[in-house]
Amino acid sequence: MSVAHVYKRDHINTDEIIPARYLNTDDEAELARHCLEDLDKDFVSKVKEGDVIVAGEDFGCGSSREHAVWAIRGARVQTVIAKSFARIFYRNAINCGFYLIESAEGLEKINNGDELEVDYKAGLIKNKTADIDIKFNPLPDFALEIINDGGLLNHITKKQK
Amino acid sequence: MGMTITEKILARAAGKEKVAPGELIDASIDIVMCVDVTTPPAISMLAEKGIDKVFDREKIVVTPDHFQPAKDIKSAELHKRLDEWARRHKIKYYYKIGRAGVCHALLPEQGHIRPGEVIVGPDSHTCTYGAFAAFGTGIGSTDAAAAIATGELWFKVPASIKFVLNGSLGPGVYSKDVILSIIARIGVDGALYKAMEFVGPALAEMSMEARMTITNMAIEAGAKNGIIGFDNVTKQYLNEHLKDKTDYTVYESDKDAEYVSVEEFDCSAIEPMVALPPLPSSGVPIGKCAGKEMDQAYIGSCTNGRIEDLRIAAKILKGKAVAIRTIVVPATPTIWKQAKDEDLFDIFYDASCVIAAPTCGACLGGFMGVLAAGEKCISTTNRNFVGRMGHPKSEVYLASPATAAASAIEGKLADPREYL
Repeated sequence: MSVAHVYKRDHINTDEIIPARYLNTDDEAELARHCLEDLDKDFVSKVKEGDVIVAGEDFGCGSSREHAVWAIRGARVQTVIAKSFARIFYRNAINCGFYLIESAEGLEKINNGDELEVDYKAGLIKNKTADIDIKFNPLPDFALEIINDGGLLNHITKKQK
Repeated sequence: MGMTITEKILARAAGKEKVAPGELIDASIDIVMCVDVTTPPAISMLAEKGIDKVFDREKIVVTPDHFQPAKDIKSAELHKRLDEWARRHKIKYYYKIGRAGVCHALLPEQGHIRPGEVIVGPDSHTCTYGAFAAFGTGIGSTDAAAAIATGELWFKVPASIKFVLNGSLGPGVYSKDVILSIIARIGVDGALYKAMEFVGPALAEMSMEARMTITNMAIEAGAKNGIIGFDNVTKQYLNEHLKDKTDYTVYESDKDAEYVSVEEFDCSAIEPMVALPPLPSSGVPIGKCAGKEMDQAYIGSCTNGRIEDLRIAAKILKGKAVAIRTIVVPATPTIWKQAKDEDLFDIFYDASCVIAAPTCGACLGGFMGVLAAGEKCISTTNRNFVGRMGHPKSEVYLASPATAAASAIEGKLADPREYL
């Protein structure tokens, strides 16, 4: 079961996702313990494997720290659904093999605690609680290729072979 | 249809005649900038994948800066990983402690930034280098790993927005006030995924230091890069700073290049600005916020920690005493020495400021000036997000070195024009 953690906010930034006071490590499990700490200090105790974060515009703005993606992935979140993503965060996620969903409707049609099922191939979010389907445009092919290879480094290693 | 300067640089890097916005390219990288917080993870990734190599040991520039000198055991471990790797690969330009400084001040100063080149680094303010008619953009650690190993990265060519800076800045008004005004108008995602190209007569009057403050904050509007064309001011700076490799190619935007929009600014009308927490886009003229009490002033960072910034602050602080704790952080060892030789340190000392060693430090809430709950800081840095400089209940107010210095004297937000 995937539960939605909804933050009705734009510009959730990398300092909120993982504050710089924790950047003295790149240990994913440790970063995960502080995921979204300055935005919602209870997030880490609430989140379960496969859950989804839902937010507004420009998610992940600010620093280039890939630690933001690692903290979210380390917290076992399966994806982030946002109206839009900041550029470096978006790029980092693709490079890490972490799928992000850009959806203009997500924030309006998903309430906190709703149960979701995501069909990445079909580009469909099923909101089982509200019993509605939300379509999204799957990532472009080049990004899917990187994600399917398990991230940029695997992708370039494969290309070089 | 012509091309913008950004498109031309990326076309050259991709080995193509022409590129268009939205096009995916594999670009060759001229410089990979490496720092302490985000490069060690890249090093570990490469080792893990068994591709522990560097594409060109002369095109990688390494400096610890975020938490240097090491602020705790964990950051010391990061520095150790960076140091071992840089020495093992015989990285030619490795600035060890004593010569290390805030990356975006250090690289231009040490002559590593050349027009027409593509510079990437795992720090979002890598867009600073656009002040030199170059393409600079911030990347993550995985990108950094790929760039280090292969010298190439994928990019989507950004569309460009043109910012025309007309008029002349008034006394007490600086390039920081210009960029805060721009971001206040377009918002923190006003240039998302785009190139911000700055042109106009107001730029011609600005030093390279002042221009770097503008391109530095392009990321605060969500941009991929900020860029300023080449002129005599650029040339003069390069003549003084380029060392080993002194040749470069100058690209200019074509007259018929395409822009998604054009924004005009009358710089004569800009007043000293303060970006209120918690977004860099919350800028207001000082008149609308003067008098708000502060607990700390911070003068430093890749945005405003260069010698010109310290001179501006010192001029205001001369013969005065600060009313709140005031931290001055020269961004590089050279700037530190210049400030000392110009007797700026005496002025800061006499005013009861503390002078720190070059570091990103408290700008990102690392160390050397972290805020407690409820504290407010007037800062010459680039971000004022929740918890940016410390406790999530602390607040950061962004401004120019002049406004920070005037506010330090009064202990509250103050108009620097009263101290000129």
